[in-house]
Amino acid sequence: MSLNLIRRKTVNVVMLGLTGLCTFLAAGTLVYILGYLFVHGARSLDWNFFTKLPTPVGETGGGMANAIVGSAKLLGIAMVVGIPIGFLGGVYLAEFSGSTFGFFVRYTTDLLNGVPSIVIGIFAYTLIVLPQKHFSTLAGGLALGVMMIPIAIRSSEEFLRAVPTNLREGSMALGASKAKSILTVVIPAAKHGILTGIMLNLARVAGETAPLLFTSFSNRFWSPGIEQPTAALPVMIFTYAIAPYDDWHQQAWSAGFILLTLVLAVNIVARLILSKRGPAPR
Amino acid sequence: MNPMQAPSQPPSPDTKVNMGLSNLDMPMAEESKPNADAASKLGATDLNFFYGSFQALHSISMKVYANRVTAFIGPSGCGKSTFLRTLNRMNETVRHSRVEGEILLDGENIFRLEVSEVRRRVGMVFQRSNPFPKSIFENVAYGPRINGFVSRASLRDRVEQSLRRAALWDEVKDKLHESAYSLSGGQQQRLCIARALAVDPEVLLLDEPCSALDPIATAKIEDLIFQLKDSCTIVIVTHNMQQAARVADFTGFFLLGKLVEFDSTTVIFKNPAKKETEDYVTGRFG
Repeated sequence: MSLNLIRRKTVNVVMLGLTGLCTFLAAGTLVYILGYLFVHGARSLDWNFFTKLPTPVGETGGGMANAIVGSAKLLGIAMVVGIPIGFLGGVYLAEFSGSTFGFFVRYTTDLLNGVPSIVIGIFAYTLIVLPQKHFSTLAGGLALGVMMIPIAIRSSEEFLRAVPTNLREGSMALGASKAKSILTVVIPAAKHGILTGIMLNLARVAGETAPLLFTSFSNRFWSPGIEQPTAALPVMIFTYAIAPYDDWHQQAWSAGFILLTLVLAVNIVARLILSKRGPAPR
Repeated sequence: MNPMQAPSQPPSPDTKVNMGLSNLDMPMAEESKPNADAASKLGATDLNFFYGSFQALHSISMKVYANRVTAFIGPSGCGKSTFLRTLNRMNETVRHSRVEGEILLDGENIFRLEVSEVRRRVGMVFQRSNPFPKSIFENVAYGPRINGFVSRASLRDRVEQSLRRAALWDEVKDKLHESAYSLSGGQQQRLCIARALAVDPEVLLLDEPCSALDPIATAKIEDLIFQLKDSCTIVIVTHNMQQAARVADFTGFFLLGKLVEFDSTTVIFKNPAKKETEDYVTGRFG
C-alpha cells in the first residue's frame, strides 16, 4: 500500500469516528432526556392527575386538571389570534405583495420571530393586564397568539409558493379570476402543508412558559371564562419544580411527560397529514 | 421523408428549391381554395409584445380561420408560444409585460373585453399537463362551476360530454372520483383538454400539447384534434414539423419574434415563399 493511500484511509477512519461520536452524543442526550422524563413522569401518573385540582401543601394526591384545561383554553385563544393573521398574511405575501413591501413584511416577521418570548409577554401585559389591572387567560392567549404569527405567516407563504405556476395558469385559463384561482385551486393544493405548519406551530407555543408568567399568571383552582388568571401546564411545571416538596416534584415530572406526549402526538399527526398529500404535480 | 400526408401536387425536389416568388401565385391560390369558405375567428393586427424592455413579438398580423387547425412552428425562443399566450391574454400574468396592437375575436378587440370572458371563450391546454389535485370529475367540473353556468343536475352531463369529446370517457367512467394523478401522462393531457372543453370554448389553444408524450399518446391527441375541428377553432404550437404537417390546415413560421410566413400548410411545406421558411422545414437549421 502506498503511503498516500494509508494516509487517506487513516483520515477516513478518524473522521468517520468523530462524526459518529458527535451523532451519538447529540442523539444520546435526547434519548436520555426522553427516557428520564418517561420513567419519572409515567411513574407517578394516575387518573387523579387528569381529574383532580391541586391539593394544598402537605396534603398528598391531587392533580392538574385545571392546568390542562387552562392550557387548552390558552391555545384556543392563541389559535383565534394567530391563525387568521398568520394564514391571511401568508396568502398576501405569497400571492399579492410587491417586492419592496413584501421584503419589508418578511423582514419584520423574521425579526418578530427572533424576539424573546418574555418580551412578547410584556407586550400582552402592557396591552391587556395593565389597563384591566388583573391577570387573565385572554392576555396569556394573546401572548401565545402573537408568538404564533411569524411562523404561521412564513410557513403558509412557503407552502403556497410551492404550488406550481401551471396550476394557477390552468385555472385562470378557464376564466377564473386571480382571487378565485387562489381560493379554489392554490389554497386547496397547499392545505395539507399549511395545516401541518399550523399544528407544529401550536405544539411549539404549547410549551412556552415565559410569556404566561405575567399574563395568565397561575392559580390553584378552576378558572371560568377568559377574564381570570389561569393555570397552564408549563407554568405549573415551573412552579412545582422549584418548590421544596417531593410530591410536587413528582407532579412536575408528570406534567412534563404529558406536555411531551401532546407535542409528540401533534407531530405525528402532522406528519401523517403531510404524507397523505397526493403525488406532487409533475 | 415527405412530411405531407396527401400532397395534391407532389413537386419534384428541384422545383421546390428553385421556387421563385413569381411562380408562387398559382399553387398558393390552388392550395388555399378548400379553405376559402372559412371565416376569420381571431385576427391579430400589428401586435407587439414586450417582456420589460425586451421585445418578444414584432408587429404580428395574421388571421385564424374558424373550424380550422392553425399551427405555429419555429425554433425555440422564436415567440410562437408568447403569441399563443397573447391570444387568450395569459401573458398578462407575467410581470412587466406590455402588449401593443389589437386582437379581434369575432370582430371584438379582446383587450376591451373582460379578461375572464376572453379566457372562457378561448381555452388553453398547456405543454405539461396540469390537472388540479382533485378528482377526475372535479377537474372537468371546475370550469363550469367557477363560471356558474350549469345547474348541479346538468353538471354530470356536461362532465360526461366533455370527457367523451376528449375521447377519455371510456377509460375513466368507472373511476371519476379518483385523483386525476392516478391517470397516465397522455390521459392527464386529454383530461386537461376535457377540462378546457367543459366551458364550451370557441377557440382552443394548444401549447406543444404532445411534447411530453409518447408516440401512441401523441397519435390519440392528434386524432382528437381532427374530431374537435368541427366544433371549435384550434391553434397549436408545435416543435414537431411532422405534427404540424399532419394536423394543420394553416401554418405560421416564427423566427426571432417575427411571423416570417403564414399560409396554408401545403404551401409552407411545399412552396414556401421565404428562404428562412424553406431552410427550417427542410431541416437545414433549427
